Amino acid sequence: MSTDTSRAAVPSRTAARRASSLLTSKPWLRLTLLLTAPLTWLVLVYVVALAALLVTALWSVDSFTGEITRSLTFDNIKEIATESLYRTVTLRTIGVAAAVTIIDIAIALPIAFYMAKIASRRMQRVLVIAVLTPLWASYLVKAFAWRSVLSDDGIFEWASSKIGMGTPGYGITAVIITQAYIWLPYVILPIFAGLERVPNSLLDASGDLGASAWQTLRTVVFPLLKPAIIAGSIFSFSLTLGDYITVNIVGGANQMLGNLVYTNVGAANNLPLAAAVALIPIVIMIGYLTAVRRTGALENL
Amino acid sequence: MILGAGVKRILATLTALTLLVMYLPLMLVVLNSFNTSRSFAWPPSGLTLEWWRRAWSSDGAREAVMTSVQVALASTAIALVLGTLMSLALQRYSFFGKNSVNLLVILPIALPGIVTGIALNNAFRGVMGIQLGLLTVIVAHATFCIVTVFNNVQARLRRMGGSFEEASADLGAGVWTTFRLVTFPQLRSALLAGGLLAFALSFDEIIVTTFTAGAGTTTLPIWILNNLFRPNQAPIVNVVAVVLILLSIVPIWIAQKISGDAEGVR
Repeated sequence: MSTDTSRAAVPSRTAARRASSLLTSKPWLRLTLLLTAPLTWLVLVYVVALAALLVTALWSVDSFTGEITRSLTFDNIKEIATESLYRTVTLRTIGVAAAVTIIDIAIALPIAFYMAKIASRRMQRVLVIAVLTPLWASYLVKAFAWRSVLSDDGIFEWASSKIGMGTPGYGITAVIITQAYIWLPYVILPIFAGLERVPNSLLDASGDLGASAWQTLRTVVFPLLKPAIIAGSIFSFSLTLGDYITVNIVGGANQMLGNLVYTNVGAANNLPLAAAVALIPIVIMIGYLTAVRRTGALENL
Repeated sequence: MILGAGVKRILATLTALTLLVMYLPLMLVVLNSFNTSRSFAWPPSGLTLEWWRRAWSSDGAREAVMTSVQVALASTAIALVLGTLMSLALQRYSFFGKNSVNLLVILPIALPGIVTGIALNNAFRGVMGIQLGLLTVIVAHATFCIVTVFNNVQARLRRMGGSFEEASADLGAGVWTTFRLVTFPQLRSALLAGGLLAFALSFDEIIVTTFTAGAGTTTLPIWILNNLFRPNQAPIVNVVAVVLILLSIVPIWIAQKISGDAEGVR
């Protein structure tokens, strides 16, 4: 390290040196150089794509030729706003996403707390690995595993028939179980990271001042942990909101918003209507993100 | 806070239960890769190594893995560069519109995959007139992988503070020298963690991939989806899944070791 530094301190080529001192004296120039590449990428690829999607939602498809007519109309928007199908599916999708999020947070809180505050350093490392590993198993295989778990001759039926119950079968309940299972690590990890940042000394101080464990949790831990919980909820909520594959695998005949988008792009060949349907999750997510932005949750993702 | 032994025991039990539920379906996948029943009925009708033998000689699976590795490596590389630049800009400077830029980085992962998928599909085909293929998948994946690198590096930068960099500048080091000798070595493990996460995210992504891959591009998840409902192929899918789970322990272990060494005591 020391030899490296001495070599670096010697002014080498003058051009490079001049560029360097120019950059040192002009912070805005450094900022511009840093921002140009990533910002150009995100704007060119993503912002343009989202804007184009918005415009496409205002186009229509000629019912005879199947070609897209590029004149602006609000027919698609009107259709998704008035047809009861879209309202039903939207409410169902939000319901499933909310249920998945609540279940995941409820499961994640105790395990994250155990990992962050009770487990020994060694145990903690083992647990983090244990929580991370399922993330690497293919999403599809996990969904398919639940299909076989919940099937009529699956292990769920086999085990629960012994206590007089049965498998819920394929449907909304199966979708909620499977999605909650798949996204659980995404909720545990931010909450665990959030708990790790709560200093133990604060908890000790609260205890020394006479607070019960429950009071400490409610008045000290929870307020500090809120951004992390919300960060976790953004993952589970958003990931469930757009899913259509799990629904195909374990959802029976039920549809979610993602299915409506998918069938309109593929089978129905109606890209404008698909774009209009895709606006629903965009509006929901942007509403959610703006609502939670002030809590600082976005820094905890 | 002093927790009673009872509370601790309850929390330990809940933790064990959660892990059990997390691993039970995975163990089922492992078991089903040996199950003679093609519909994976429970209890298994018998055990066989047939699926493992067939998976070993499946060209489709091997090619799909290679495609996925290519896509994941390329998009991770792009995400590492763009994510690092972005986090340096947002963590070390304040400027007009900073919050909007921050939101823009998060948006590709915060919006559901189907939205990102259809938006990019529409932009590639309709607006830019590009043929869908390997390249469009890489661009799409890199876009939502930026945020994982960004988050890791930003968290590290926040913890580091700027005093080392200022000291380096005061001692006469130029901008590039400071980055190479002071900033980068401290970022290395954060980059590795973010890169691994980006790789994993890209490797397993199916929804955006479906919308941005052309007919000829088969990543592993697409191959799995195509074969999941074929009675002859589904057991082979289980084998591939088991291999992936086993292989995944290596990068996770590396990441843990590095982040553990860097963090020190709590």
